[in-house]
Amino acid sequence: MHNFTPVASLFGGILIGLSASAMLLLTGKITGISGIFAGVLRPAKGDTLWKACFLAGLLAGGLVLRLFLPHAFDFGVVRSWDVLALAGLLVGFGTRLGNGCTSGHGVCGVSRLSARSIVATATFIASGAVVVFLVHLLGGLL
Amino acid sequence: MKALLTSFVSGIVFALGLGISGMTRPIKVIGFLDFFGSWDPSLAFVMIGAICVYFVANRWSQTMPSPLLTAKFLVPSRSDLDGQLIIGAVIFGAGWGLGGFCPGPAITSLASGAAPVMVFVAAMAIGIYLHAWSASVWSLEERPASPVLQTSPDS
Repeated sequence: MHNFTPVASLFGGILIGLSASAMLLLTGKITGISGIFAGVLRPAKGDTLWKACFLAGLLAGGLVLRLFLPHAFDFGVVRSWDVLALAGLLVGFGTRLGNGCTSGHGVCGVSRLSARSIVATATFIASGAVVVFLVHLLGGLL
Repeated sequence: MKALLTSFVSGIVFALGLGISGMTRPIKVIGFLDFFGSWDPSLAFVMIGAICVYFVANRWSQTMPSPLLTAKFLVPSRSDLDGQLIIGAVIFGAGWGLGGFCPGPAITSLASGAAPVMVFVAAMAIGIYLHAWSASVWSLEERPASPVLQTSPDS
């Protein structure tokens, strides 16, 4: 529990909620980042520019973090490249098959009390926990 | 134009939220998922903070005829649970636990310039294209086997 950061995490979560709320109330869009990223990779006419702007905002925000909160990119755990490549493949494929990730299902969907999102969120947290358990069981193989 | 500016500014605020909350640090994510080891519950607070705010915004949106800057709300209405949803979530969760990144934090972390993040995001893009390709192959195989689609008058 020595890494426990409830105040910073709650504050960061509130910022995430405010950002997603502004997207909903002003633009009517759900802030699902896997879908936004996929929408820019595979553009559909008339529904791409706002997604590109949101991603540009994420990168700009990342640069602000790099300048003023470099600790945010103190990853702590960095897997080998082949493991990261496998993880990225699974995240890309899985979020498309399941129609969402931590933002679209975990924040927006759960808040809307969507049964699909609540089930998806419980499932990906459980699946992640099993994998973390297995990785620790297998020891420093990664 | 205002809607695009809203998207850009929301992206910045979202990234700051991810960075401040600890979501951009795989050690925090993996610590949260480590229920059977030294569990770090911090990320539960991220979700609580975000959900409390968005719950109110969502309720508020239901009283509005339309969003302030666009014509209508584009909110998913499906409520059925299907195999793709569950299997997709299992696969995503596995990748999340393995690498410690989900899409938002990974894209935000590209700004750090760290090579491992670039590898992860590139692989994520390949995974998205792989899904699109497999979905197109799947639907080609499925079509002859579903006569309902061919006989239904309104399809």
